[in-house]
Amino acid sequence: MNSVPDTLEEFISQEYQHGFETLIDADEIPRGLSEDTVRLISARKNEPDFLLQWRLDAFRRWLKMTPPTWSNVHYPPIDYQDIIYYSAPRSQKDGHKSLEEVDPELLKTYEKLGIPLHERAILAGVAVDAVFDSVSVATTFKDKLAEVGIIFCSFSEAVQHHPDLVRQYLGTVVPVQDNFYAALNSAVFSDGSFVYIPPGVRCPMELSTYFRINAKNTGQFERTLIIADQGASVSYLEGCTAPMRDENQLHAAVVELVALDDAKIKYSTVQNWYPGDKEGRGGIYNFVTKRGDCRGARSHISWTQVETGSAITWKYPSVVLRGEESVGEFYSVALTNHRQQADTGTKMIHIGKNTRSTIVSKGISAGYGQQAYRGLVRVARSAIGARNHTQCDSLLLGDRCQAHTYPYIEVKNNSATVEHEASTSRIGEDQLFFCRQRGIDTEDAVSMIVNGFCKEVFKELPMEFAVEAQKLLGVSLEGSVG
Amino acid sequence: MLSIDNLQASVADKPILRGISLEIKAGEVHAIMGPNGSGKSTLSNVLAGRENVRVTGGKVTYRGKDLLAMEVEERAREGVFLAFQYPVEIPGVGNVYLLKAALNAQRKHRGLPELDAMDFLALVKDKMKLMEMNESMLYRAVNEGFSGGEKKRNEILQMAVLEPHLSILDETDSGLDIDALKIVANGVNSLRSPERSMILVTHYQRLLDYIQPDFVHVLAGGRIVRSGGPELAHELEREGYAWIGDAQSQTVAAQ
Repeated sequence: MNSVPDTLEEFISQEYQHGFETLIDADEIPRGLSEDTVRLISARKNEPDFLLQWRLDAFRRWLKMTPPTWSNVHYPPIDYQDIIYYSAPRSQKDGHKSLEEVDPELLKTYEKLGIPLHERAILAGVAVDAVFDSVSVATTFKDKLAEVGIIFCSFSEAVQHHPDLVRQYLGTVVPVQDNFYAALNSAVFSDGSFVYIPPGVRCPMELSTYFRINAKNTGQFERTLIIADQGASVSYLEGCTAPMRDENQLHAAVVELVALDDAKIKYSTVQNWYPGDKEGRGGIYNFVTKRGDCRGARSHISWTQVETGSAITWKYPSVVLRGEESVGEFYSVALTNHRQQADTGTKMIHIGKNTRSTIVSKGISAGYGQQAYRGLVRVARSAIGARNHTQCDSLLLGDRCQAHTYPYIEVKNNSATVEHEASTSRIGEDQLFFCRQRGIDTEDAVSMIVNGFCKEVFKELPMEFAVEAQKLLGVSLEGSVG
Repeated sequence: MLSIDNLQASVADKPILRGISLEIKAGEVHAIMGPNGSGKSTLSNVLAGRENVRVTGGKVTYRGKDLLAMEVEERAREGVFLAFQYPVEIPGVGNVYLLKAALNAQRKHRGLPELDAMDFLALVKDKMKLMEMNESMLYRAVNEGFSGGEKKRNEILQMAVLEPHLSILDETDSGLDIDALKIVANGVNSLRSPERSMILVTHYQRLLDYIQPDFVHVLAGGRIVRSGGPELAHELEREGYAWIGDAQSQTVAAQ
């Protein structure tokens, strides 16, 4: 029985599949960060003055801030002067007009990643915005969406063509001084996606952004802003990959969601940044601030995330439940294998009456993986009749990994119902033995058990993503079991 | 079918099986009885290939092959089936999904085409009738929220679907009420055939009222201390296992 692994130990190790590099001429600014860097980025993007001032304000605040140390992740201090803050494929310098103008090398890159940007080749019903290093290289189905009044474009384009919307909403969910990485992002963000769904419109297709870090020594600082106006609804997907490199790369994104009265936003992420090698060399530092604001009554924001990549993940997609009867949801699967570390969870801030939130978190640790669920449920005095249900399960594979759960619950009124359930289990040698005794090999058995464990979250994902996520878990776990 | 020759095995460095020899021919049903701690479950586990049991001596030949050299899943695919004393729960994994994966892994091993969903469902529904199981159980997670009786019936359903050559039933009767016991026995009996052998591991004679064994062996202190026909089970039922203490000390004295 040579190649077939028998135990969890042997099972947990396949190579990262998206680790290739695209050789393309890039327009980069010099390494380092100063007020001049911020001005330079803003100038490259031909931004209006209000945005430059906003960036500079963020930068000045950032200078006075320190990185958070409360999370359960460990890494050497980052030298912020050693990062390139802007890198764009040279051919893209002037922004993209149509797919025909996109550099064929870039199209090939996305093709290789399984994200064809030719509209006719795209899975029916998914519009894609492709972000390569610092800029958006293509957005598909833009015209079709415009027919119903939907704006789906790169952030840079939104700044040029819809500055009023940007000005009205930017930074209203995640203020520039929110935290160290959000402030950094606000100062130097280069691109990202922008979505506006007008009142009463249900977005006719899934919108998605595919983020790719390519250039060396570059940080990716993208900014996504999604606004669902009254009665609008949209489902948005996000995917991420990066080449394999020995040094760590920083990804500090900010995502802001705004849902007005009766609006619904569903945001799904499959995060597969390069996780580093088995010894923990290289990999992406994924330090991300994601927050949704249920600003209107009966609005609904749902986060679903499958986090399998990155060397370190620090991420708490949250919902502020301001509108009466608004609903917030967080469904998460996070996997850490080898030397990966993740400190992830959510915040549900109940402010409006009869607001409801649901948290389902599934953490899987293998190898020397370190994982923490950190979640805050806060019920304000005003949130009469608020309800929360939290379910937080950890699955351990092997005996060298760790799982921690840090639930914070703050309730300021006695009409609220807050429930928290947590469990930790080891992938049973019993379960594994049972499956093998029925003739199923270890690899298939582990993948079956893990997928079963994650089922409640996977069913929240759009179909194609759910399939993708299941495969990803299988791959990420290979060579993990003990 | 199965030939066990002076098998010795330890769990956590504690010797449990101290030299077991047993010959099982095709079509035979052997009952292994004995008091708690006699090594009955260890014997089942060592035949199925559980890793926490360390074989320290002896050999086991199964259909002409060295059973102990085979991996767990290989034994299963070659037709060795263990009905577990405590069937595990696998949350989120549908019963039907597990069964299909298992059957197709075994069919693939035997060079048979994999069954598609339609053919598989027809097969499994047929077997469920035999086990008097509700079809809804197919779509529930493996053993999750099943009663003790349902879990045991589910084990026998798997056995009926996989059609093994050698079935080892480890205390399948424990925790069953009389109605469930009859259904389980009925399922097991329907699988008896001249090509198939079974080992029934049990503490009580009760199961043997419904599944008539060809041979009964009494295991004590890691050895087979007596073998006989079905009548031996009745004798045990009448007299209990107390006499074994004497028999054992005599064996030890004789050595």
